[in-house]
Amino acid sequence: MATKASRSAARLMMAPAVVLLLGWMLVPLCMTLYFSFKKYLPLRGGDLGWVGFDNYVRFFSSSAFWPSVQATLVIVGGVLAITVVFGILLAILLDQPMWGQGIVRILVIAPFFVMPTVSALVWKNMFMDPVNGLFAHLWKFFGATPVEWLSQASMTSLIIIVAWQWLPFATLILLTAIQSLDSEQLEAAEMDGAPALSRFGYITLPHLSRAITVVVLIQTIFLLSIFAEIFVTTQGSFGTRTLTYLVYQRVLESQNVGLGSAGGIFAVILANIIAIFLMRIVGKNLDA
Amino acid sequence: MTIKTAFCAASALALATAGGAFADSHTTTLTIATVNNGDMVRMQGLTEDFTAKNPDIALEWVTLEENVLRQRVTQDIAANGGQFDVMTIGTYEVPIWGAQDWLVSLNDLPAEWDADDILPAMRGGLTVDGELYAAPFYGESSMVMYRKDLMEAAGMEMPDAPTWDDIKAAAEAMTDKDAEVYGICLRGKAGWGENMAFLSAMANSYGARWFDEEWKPQFDTDAWNATLTDYLELMNNYGPPGASTNGFNENLSLFQQGKCGMWIDATVAASFVTNPQDSTVADQVGFALAPDNGLGKRGNWLWAWSLAIPAGSDSVDAAKKFVAWATSKEYTALVAENEGWANVPPGTRTSLYENEAYTSAAPFAEMTLNSINSADPKNPAVDPVPYTGVQFVAIPEFAGIATQVGQEFSAALAGQQTAEEALEKAQALTTDEMEAAGY
Repeated sequence: MATKASRSAARLMMAPAVVLLLGWMLVPLCMTLYFSFKKYLPLRGGDLGWVGFDNYVRFFSSSAFWPSVQATLVIVGGVLAITVVFGILLAILLDQPMWGQGIVRILVIAPFFVMPTVSALVWKNMFMDPVNGLFAHLWKFFGATPVEWLSQASMTSLIIIVAWQWLPFATLILLTAIQSLDSEQLEAAEMDGAPALSRFGYITLPHLSRAITVVVLIQTIFLLSIFAEIFVTTQGSFGTRTLTYLVYQRVLESQNVGLGSAGGIFAVILANIIAIFLMRIVGKNLDA
Repeated sequence: MTIKTAFCAASALALATAGGAFADSHTTTLTIATVNNGDMVRMQGLTEDFTAKNPDIALEWVTLEENVLRQRVTQDIAANGGQFDVMTIGTYEVPIWGAQDWLVSLNDLPAEWDADDILPAMRGGLTVDGELYAAPFYGESSMVMYRKDLMEAAGMEMPDAPTWDDIKAAAEAMTDKDAEVYGICLRGKAGWGENMAFLSAMANSYGARWFDEEWKPQFDTDAWNATLTDYLELMNNYGPPGASTNGFNENLSLFQQGKCGMWIDATVAASFVTNPQDSTVADQVGFALAPDNGLGKRGNWLWAWSLAIPAGSDSVDAAKKFVAWATSKEYTALVAENEGWANVPPGTRTSLYENEAYTSAAPFAEMTLNSINSADPKNPAVDPVPYTGVQFVAIPEFAGIATQVGQEFSAALAGQQTAEEALEKAQALTTDEMEAAGY
């Protein structure tokens, strides 16, 4: 049993690590908060004084704000829907005994190791390009006019690219969950005459709910800050400017650190609202 | 610690300090920030020539990709960080930073550097209030690159100085969409350095401008309407599919594959499209000046990667020696000797274009020179403007504004809105941003 002295010693020894970690997280956040109340224009003399909530009002009232929030939510929602649905299907498929199972699993997981910039470039130039892309050739083969993916279906294209990258992650988590499903339960249901769809709906899906929650929570956190794919493919044009991209434009392209910082705080608030919302709805599964 | 050991330690410390001071008094280390373009990388390979002539100066290179470089040097100079002694910057940054006194004047470079030999257009773009703030390392403009075989097949001839009507007629004649040959490829990808570089230069030749002399945005004028309408018509009728996501690299690739009849873009691309190793049409490329509309201005731009010394540098004299070396005639001769004349940094000095060895090695030399000379960054538009810059406006807010305007124009090219709608939005957002910036 720890004595009072040993507990104090433990606290003392942990203190540097705790301070370092806290500092690491808090310093950038505090600086963002600090700059969001300043008129800070690096190319116009730097710090031009306090402006109160002006940056927040300007960011919030700019015509680009709501469309960017909407774009963010559409991308996150779209990718989540695709990865969860296809993730479950793929996980069930990969769980079946088959020849070369190990290789197939590695191939399915492979996209997750491709860097976002590289995958966006590959999709843009090799698949979605309306002249040289694989899809264009496919469309032409069937006598159809090739789709100009990135401009005519920009949101769909982005969702496809990002979902391709995140599908392996979802599949991996869901496959692990499926493998822990008690096969005797399924066999018993089958012997009782339950059809495949019912077995899936009443046994497999409830069993997967916790894994789905993990997938949704983790992916949401990463997808809210999606950037490289937009930068490489559409540069925020055609309605694909997300909140992160808008902040980038304000800080680095317009060289307005104050305004961008206010946008950053908005993004943090939005992320927290979504996280709380998600925890309430799906997080309950984690308690069980 | 005994007195003896303390004495020894003190002596050692004194020696070390003296040694350091001794070394410092003899060697200056210059930190040079540069972009990872071929010409700059070549310069690093040749620096032995400089260090042999200046044994008291050591060089430290920080080589970065263009966008990263721009961010790093901007942060350093705005915060007076003093991280770099020499910076590679473009013609966009020089007038802004020079006006803020962030750069060291280069008016006192040695006489043999020969400032009068620098092309007037380049000097104009790098000078603020009579002070030269950067030395051009290599420069470029834009011009028409076209397929001679396709023009011949169409029974047409491209004039050396075409008008926009000539371009339209040629684009129509060369287009054969079934064979995947598109009459004209132009930048459509949104960005201040992508579609807006081209469209701003095109607008100049149509009599349009970004701002009037009171800094009022001009997108509500007929001249801009005509510019955008003609651009959209050209691209929709004779351009490649998906043009709204095509930038310099995409168009270069299309042209090299033989899918573009014409391409109006940077003069630096001339060497890429005529290189038989990369281009399937290398021996069929002709060059012409960027088009005009008979208003006295051509639709070509002007850009130079230049070397500048930030005011925060504590080795200004050594930095000046380096800048003078890297941008001198002797450096050009050094590259020619080592790599051949076709590889020397182009577009900065009159003497290069008077050198037969160079003009015979580079078939596009004359057109490049004419293009550069016909751009005037002080008077880019038909009407007077309050800004410097041909395809950009040298104010800090421009990059942000032009990228957003570029997105509206790109959306118009993708058919998501009309030219009028795009111009209306461009006018509104530019007015907002300029008011917020205090104009």
